[in-house]
Amino acid sequence: MHSTNKQGLFNWLAARFPVREFSERHLTGYYAPRNFNFWYYFGSFSLLVLVNQIVTGIWLAMEYTPTAESAFASVQHIMRDVHYGWLLRLMHTTGASAFFIVVYLHMYRALIYGSYRKPRELLWLIGMLIYITLLLEAFTGYVLPWGQMSYWGATVITSFASAIPYVGKYLVVWLRGDFTVSGVTLHRFFSLHVIAVPLVLCALVFLHLVALHYVGSNNPDGIEIKEHKNSSGHPIDGIPFHPYYTLKDLVGVMVFLIIFSLILFYTPKMGGLFLESENYLPVNALQTPEHIAPVWYMTPFYAILRAVPNKFLGLVAMAAAIALMFVLPWLDRSKVKSIRYKGVWSKAAIVLFIICFVGLGYLGIQPVSTLRSFMAQVFSIGYFLFYLTMPFYTRYEKTKPLPERLTK
Amino acid sequence: MTTKDKEEIDAARRCFLRRATTTVGGIGLAATSVPFISYWLPSVDTEAAAAPIKIDISAVQPRQQYTVSWRGQPIWIIHRTQDMLATLPQLTNQLRDPDSLEDQQPVYAKNINRSIKPEFFIAIGVCTHLGCIPNYRPEIGGVSPDWLGGFYCPCHGSRYDLSGRVYKGVPAPLNLKIPRHMYLSDTEIMVGQDQEGVEGA
Repeated sequence: MHSTNKQGLFNWLAARFPVREFSERHLTGYYAPRNFNFWYYFGSFSLLVLVNQIVTGIWLAMEYTPTAESAFASVQHIMRDVHYGWLLRLMHTTGASAFFIVVYLHMYRALIYGSYRKPRELLWLIGMLIYITLLLEAFTGYVLPWGQMSYWGATVITSFASAIPYVGKYLVVWLRGDFTVSGVTLHRFFSLHVIAVPLVLCALVFLHLVALHYVGSNNPDGIEIKEHKNSSGHPIDGIPFHPYYTLKDLVGVMVFLIIFSLILFYTPKMGGLFLESENYLPVNALQTPEHIAPVWYMTPFYAILRAVPNKFLGLVAMAAAIALMFVLPWLDRSKVKSIRYKGVWSKAAIVLFIICFVGLGYLGIQPVSTLRSFMAQVFSIGYFLFYLTMPFYTRYEKTKPLPERLTK
Repeated sequence: MTTKDKEEIDAARRCFLRRATTTVGGIGLAATSVPFISYWLPSVDTEAAAAPIKIDISAVQPRQQYTVSWRGQPIWIIHRTQDMLATLPQLTNQLRDPDSLEDQQPVYAKNINRSIKPEFFIAIGVCTHLGCIPNYRPEIGGVSPDWLGGFYCPCHGSRYDLSGRVYKGVPAPLNLKIPRHMYLSDTEIMVGQDQEGVEGA
């Protein structure tokens, strides 16, 4: 039998692999609510940035050397001598910050529309694991250029383990593979950054999508579209992901790429936010820089750490700040999911929370002073109160009545 | 054996086999994890590079700070004058651990000077908060108006006095670490080893 046309080849494949079922289940037959707005772009953008990081990362690893002697010079070699090395490296560094921007906005979307509520608790938990993995990936990557900030950042962050009672000091040596952060530490962080953590990240992204497609997407109204189906069994207020949302997302991707390129080509250091000038100095293990700050996406938690004048409790506070994000689905006791129908207390709480979070992020970049320490303490209290009082204000506030179907 | 016996699953037998397989497999997995975890410990050549060192201290002038790298960490030798030593007893109630009760020094340095010879202060210059290197600030009033001289960490503002004892109300929990050391002669010391043994990991 000769299959001369495309249909023949497709049939051959479809008899051996569930291509039809797959595209039916996840693209043309996946019904998403018809009222997705601006905030629903950031999931797709995250996937795009992940691909950017993987591709540019593979290319960078071809010219990068993970040893204490050569790492700094090999990054400069990529920047100056390798054809388009500067472009691929800056795509990778700008991509790292872009990743956190889109992920933070993606999380903000979930926060305001209650996308973490039942039945999407597990989806939120997998998402939080992705966020933690991403922080780990960013941290191990930041060590690789082996500049002053790489070294001292690695020293400070691996020192966190030393606060654990009894085993802490042995754990730190085990993590570093040496008695201080050294070339041994650099080399193992390279391995983690290019193999271990990305593998975990991709697996988690896969699970995130599986969970999403099983429970279905939330929407700005926070009501379930599956409750109203037409005669063919599809939600009346749903539209197939492909072609409707694939095309919508493509338009978004174009705008995103324009903004991304503007940053990439005109201000890749973002005034020291994306790439710190201190990291253009090679490692000096005997000289701590005058002012140490992590990259912007970690500074809210760093500010909480610094706000507590006790080493162990500071770390506990920082860990608690992240742990509270995990239990968010069980703190919100509101009858409604979306901010559109929640009461004034929830709205005020989210505004104050954003002020605290951004405020902490700003303070974490600045050097310590008495006033700033005080402000960091105030914002930290605000951050924790947002979560800890949530069961009360969400439960007792007056909410608006939910519509039967999507509003617009 | 009847036909019925052959067709029915012997649940007790299956249960025993499942438990036995899980146990043996679990032990095997635990044993296999040992090399993977041990791989992360400092290797033999890293340990060798961390061997004790001899330091000539004859050229260290009064009030001078002399820094030597050992195990990638700064080892400070500070030649303290009589007026610097006189500041130490004045600070007792401002310090977290003025009597060096925490295990941050060998027994021979468990005194107010935290050293063998009062004038030579030998310490590991790593902040006990998160591992930054504090600055040597011997000048009176240098960090704050009531400052009597000591060490100030630029990262998170921890303060230590001139024998490396940490102040109250700063993030660092412990006094600066004093390494094992001994005098080989009046002008030479060995760091990382003393009469009792070698500095461990």
